[in-house]
Amino acid sequence: MSTSPVVETQNLTRRFGQLVALSDVSFTVEPGEIFGLIGPNGAGKSTLIKILTTMLPPSSGRARVAGFDVSDAPEQVRRRIGYVPQLLSSDRELTGYENLLLSARLYLIPRSERARRIDEALDMMRLGDARHRLVRDYSGGMLRRLEIAQSMLHRPAILFMDEPTVGLDPGGRHTVWQHVRALNRDLGSAIVLTTHYMDEADELCHRVAIIQNGKLRAVGTPGELKAQYAPGASLDDVYEAVTSNVGAQA
Amino acid sequence: MSGDAGRASEMVERPADYATHIFAVADAEVRKLLHDPWEIFSRALQPVLWLMLFGEVMARVRGITSGGVRYLDFLAPGILAQSALFVSIFYGISAIWERDLGVLHRYMVSPAPRSALVLGKALSSSVRALTQATFVYICSVLLGVQLNLSPSHVTVVILLVVLGSGLFSTFSLIIACIVKTRERFMGIGQVLTMPIFFASNAIYPIALMPTWLKAIASANPLSYEVDGLRAMMLAGGVSVFGLGLDFLALLSAFGVVAVIATRMYPRLTQ
Repeated sequence: MSTSPVVETQNLTRRFGQLVALSDVSFTVEPGEIFGLIGPNGAGKSTLIKILTTMLPPSSGRARVAGFDVSDAPEQVRRRIGYVPQLLSSDRELTGYENLLLSARLYLIPRSERARRIDEALDMMRLGDARHRLVRDYSGGMLRRLEIAQSMLHRPAILFMDEPTVGLDPGGRHTVWQHVRALNRDLGSAIVLTTHYMDEADELCHRVAIIQNGKLRAVGTPGELKAQYAPGASLDDVYEAVTSNVGAQA
Repeated sequence: MSGDAGRASEMVERPADYATHIFAVADAEVRKLLHDPWEIFSRALQPVLWLMLFGEVMARVRGITSGGVRYLDFLAPGILAQSALFVSIFYGISAIWERDLGVLHRYMVSPAPRSALVLGKALSSSVRALTQATFVYICSVLLGVQLNLSPSHVTVVILLVVLGSGLFSTFSLIIACIVKTRERFMGIGQVLTMPIFFASNAIYPIALMPTWLKAIASANPLSYEVDGLRAMMLAGGVSVFGLGLDFLALLSAFGVVAVIATRMYPRLTQ
């Protein structure tokens, strides 16, 4: 596996009219890393994910994902990434199997491999028994697992997950964590996820970035950030310290 | 550094991959239709009612000179085009609906070229339109319309319906990208349907129209679809414009809307 970063941004900026949604954001994500983006609503996390998944062009600055520039070669980027959006994206009027078949075709998985990959993904996400049921009859947890199954089918170098556990009960959240770790371990995919939950970031992520008002306030492992901002405390306290200390950081 | 070289190589997809992408989108739509086929039957009622109620009454109006054929025979191809138009022109609603649900995002982050997504959606609309065409044919037979059922004529009818439906559904997709909400679309959809339908040769000949309306009807792609259908669907049917011009008009209109929709479709998610 290549050792160059799977995500590399330089002074990434996005404006909507007068509003600066993202300002001078520079960071890297290494291959195989689980990287968390944390910050309040409207901080710019979703804008950042949209740019990195080629859904939104940056106003200035550059971003390379899986080795390709998101502005110059969006199609190359799309082939190499998976995306689990905040809104669920599977089609409720199709079965789980049909949804995966659609993904397999969209990602041009060779016909000879489709059935095996779909079976693998269904088994891994424990949806084998529900494969021929319409997705509108799936539970919330099953829907999340189907989304993950869809996004991993083509074995992306990097998987973006927007609030993957929002709205799930604690059991459902832990299940998703297990799947994220398994994907990361078994497929070697790097994972970039956004979350509101500090315990999630602490538990799951190798490194986290704290974003506020469109600016990157701090980046590091949970341990490093705790040592730097709030020794002996939790990531919650780090977050408090970083986001309330805007003046001193700027 | 990968910039220009990378871009040049990926703008063109292998034809087989391009076909896979179009098929992926259309197949998903057809599967949805098969899971819930009631929509097909409920939609089929409208053309049947037009033929049986409107057609039977208007056939008694002597002012309409329908070129020597029975009025009901004249009307059947018009109603076929109309039912395909009605299925297609509201197609943009489903694009907005997919955006609201998050399904559209999934298409947009995938490596499928945007033009393949647009063509796939157009094709799935055509499949719906063809189910409507089947009902119009059945109804026409029952009402004694003199149809030409030779395979070559039916094949050309299928091509015309696919093209016309692809054209109007893609036009509808453009409207969806402009208005962006279902509520606004519903209002606009109604406003669009009426002039496209009535300013055409679907239910009366263009020759009957005042001059200004003739001009509009002659620029209306639906007129060319109906003209081709009349020539191919009916026994002894003739084309006023010529079948070549019919196809040329429909193909070029489809080309224009497909190019515009390819540019606009991704903006629906932004």
